[in-house]
Amino acid sequence: MQAFDDITVLDLTHYIAGPYATRLLADFGANVIKVERPGGDPARRLPPFKGEDDGSGERSGLFFYLNCNKRSIVLDLKSDAGRETLLALADKADLVVESFRPGVMDRLGIGWDVLHARKPSLPLISISNFGQTGPYRDYKVTELVLYGFAGEMYTMGLTEREPVKMAGTAALFESGSAIAVACAGALFASKRFGIGQHVDISLAETHFGGVDRRHATTIAYQFSGRKTLRQAGAGRGMPQGIYPCADGWVDFTNANLYPDRVIDMLGSPEWALDPKYADPLNRLNPEIIDEWNAQFMLWCIERTRREIWAEARRARLLCGPLFTTQDLFEDEHFRNRGFWTKVLHPLMGEIEMHGRPLQMSAGGWQLRRPAPLLGEHTREVLAEMRIPAPLASTVIQGGQP
Amino acid sequence: MIWPRPWGSSHKPLEGYRIVDLCVVWAGPFATMLLADLGAEVIKPENPFVFAPMTRGPMARPPKVLLDNATAWMGGLPRNEPGPHPWNYSPTFVSLYRNKKSFTVDIRRPEGREALRRLIAQSDVVYENNATGTMEKLGVTYDWLRSIRPDIIFVRVPAYGSTGPYSTARALGVHLEGVMGHTLLRGYDDADPSANTAIYSGDYLAGAQGAFAVMAALWHREKTGEGQLIEIAQAENASAMFTQAILDYTMNGIVQKAIGNRDIFGRYPCGVYPAKSPGTAEEMLDRWISIHCTTDEEWEALVRVMGEPAWAREERFATNDARAQNYRELDRLIGEWTATQDDYDLMHRLQAAGVPAAPVLEASRVFDDPHLRARDFFKKQTQLDAGTHEYMGPMWKFPETPVEFYQPPVMLGEHNEYVYRDLLGYSDAEIEALRAAGHITMEYAPDVP
Repeated sequence: MQAFDDITVLDLTHYIAGPYATRLLADFGANVIKVERPGGDPARRLPPFKGEDDGSGERSGLFFYLNCNKRSIVLDLKSDAGRETLLALADKADLVVESFRPGVMDRLGIGWDVLHARKPSLPLISISNFGQTGPYRDYKVTELVLYGFAGEMYTMGLTEREPVKMAGTAALFESGSAIAVACAGALFASKRFGIGQHVDISLAETHFGGVDRRHATTIAYQFSGRKTLRQAGAGRGMPQGIYPCADGWVDFTNANLYPDRVIDMLGSPEWALDPKYADPLNRLNPEIIDEWNAQFMLWCIERTRREIWAEARRARLLCGPLFTTQDLFEDEHFRNRGFWTKVLHPLMGEIEMHGRPLQMSAGGWQLRRPAPLLGEHTREVLAEMRIPAPLASTVIQGGQP
Repeated sequence: MIWPRPWGSSHKPLEGYRIVDLCVVWAGPFATMLLADLGAEVIKPENPFVFAPMTRGPMARPPKVLLDNATAWMGGLPRNEPGPHPWNYSPTFVSLYRNKKSFTVDIRRPEGREALRRLIAQSDVVYENNATGTMEKLGVTYDWLRSIRPDIIFVRVPAYGSTGPYSTARALGVHLEGVMGHTLLRGYDDADPSANTAIYSGDYLAGAQGAFAVMAALWHREKTGEGQLIEIAQAENASAMFTQAILDYTMNGIVQKAIGNRDIFGRYPCGVYPAKSPGTAEEMLDRWISIHCTTDEEWEALVRVMGEPAWAREERFATNDARAQNYRELDRLIGEWTATQDDYDLMHRLQAAGVPAAPVLEASRVFDDPHLRARDFFKKQTQLDAGTHEYMGPMWKFPETPVEFYQPPVMLGEHNEYVYRDLLGYSDAEIEALRAAGHITMEYAPDVP
């Protein structure tokens, strides 16, 4: 038994943010029916691929991760049979999620007015770049353009250089998490109060309102007129920021607040016990900070990341080593905790990947099936959802991979 | 029981659920903020004798010199003064404290623990994200909570999980992201990692998914009657953001590295380019525009908007593979073109031609954006101590159950009266005794720094 195992989601999303949200629903039990266009979700053609991209649309590791626990059907929504089938499926769904460009659902004849008239309690979640209204409604974004505009990217990097983004498509994964919350919220409103509603999610707004610094830089400006400088901050505290060590880098934050713990971490060497470093005003003096950091860097460079982190943990300081993906993969803490999981894919074989997002003691995460092949479940789903045979056979004959 | 609807008449998805918020810093408060936005009653028990750093600001009573030296988002208090109650208006947290209630209690003492017990008896969820061991020391364990309320949902967010050698490690988002690979995967491709600014994307992910997990657990409880314990190991949770890097390693043995602003999917051009700037980066008046062509058609459109410069027609930029090969030269040439142009004007022209592009917005400019104004995104809130300001709006637009900001960023102890008297049923005499013992107050104890 899983938390959302009584919920059927009709998933008309593609690419990253929408599919990540519906994967979270599927991970906790929802019956997610992924409706793909002929040719499939474009994410099927995005790297990394297992080995070489053979053009099959079935070797993308990204698509695989985003679509585990879902079933795929192919519908040509531009055809009458495709549209009719979609509407018949929606009648039996608890939630519809889509990420077409604004206006496309209406043009296809499956928009909010149509869905709402057929089933008033059915919520529709629409995901778009800038929302369903407003002057930028039809503007395009990618990870970089979205995060640069809406996220707190301006302050990332060195003062004298251009702002620099997060890794990969982290911002779209963040948006996907916020969308999953909206999906669950819409389900509660529907189930408890019979309210079906058309939820408008702007990817940009999921970042303007996001917790990673944007909320703080904006209100700090409102409060004080102060703006946040783009700077890396290394060496601006005792210690503060990213330091080189024997085998890589370690990151410290706010250690300034705990001078005694820092001395403890260092093993109370004579230089660190110098009373001048204990004076609170000295501790804000850049020259004193530089002098202290010169000593601290010598301490770091003689130790490995893991040695420094072990001392920092013992002294209860905020610290983390910088790991590569390989370091992470080989790390015993995560392996012993059962963080990694293996899934068998019919074409790619066994895939090992990061598993549960969180652990629930009841009704929690399960990996029930690998990501679907394109249209793998069209027949199965249409039969299960009791789509009338003539319609189903038109859809199936009309084009399946 | 009749539940108050402080926002007026509309339903909210989570109305009627009560959440006890024992959270610190960002990841936990973000989760409970999302739940409060959806209508849950979120109540924060806050200890006036203990200040958790980076929660209601860096310190309870930060000296002005510290604020002036700190980054603006930590030091930019109203009027640039610590004022009488700095814990009520530090920019580090205020935006996350809307729609919540606060009461003060020292839960280390028996009478304080009794008040918490009474609250938990009337609550559905307890949410905490403290350093491992903190709750145990306070005696707030799942067993204790369950003995008070058998179907309680208890959410814990340890940085690296409650088991294993790292279980005691202290971490903010930036540290656990470093461990999961983020810090080596982001940043300039020609600088060392110390050029990276501290960021907290892991707080976003764990916060949102913590709210999601609470709703999953409530859904499960509605069907089965059973409560539960949820553990979100924040590091494990953050890993999803690095899916491409992780799968490239597990599938192909490739260890990915930082590629700056380039596209992880290899589509060019993709970069951040200088725009006409009214001032310098030190003045925070430098301007930049990001441009990313994902298809040959978008590249063609960019070339047209640039006015068909001869260089753009050279062989070395003719295909995506060629542009990928020569991206540094491509970026330099595009940057020469953008440097004389207004960033907003350029966005509109490029977007009209179908090219993804937007300014890299410095935070103060957000408030001038016409699109956000047209969507009525900002919400004005007035807090007694801070005054009236515009805050970032909600994450989503629900037309029938709108997210409303009905309670401005909650002040320490603002709901003492409501919680002790209305909710927990303490008498006047008991309340006076608790006040005399220092539990009920709107200020941190004088010796809290």
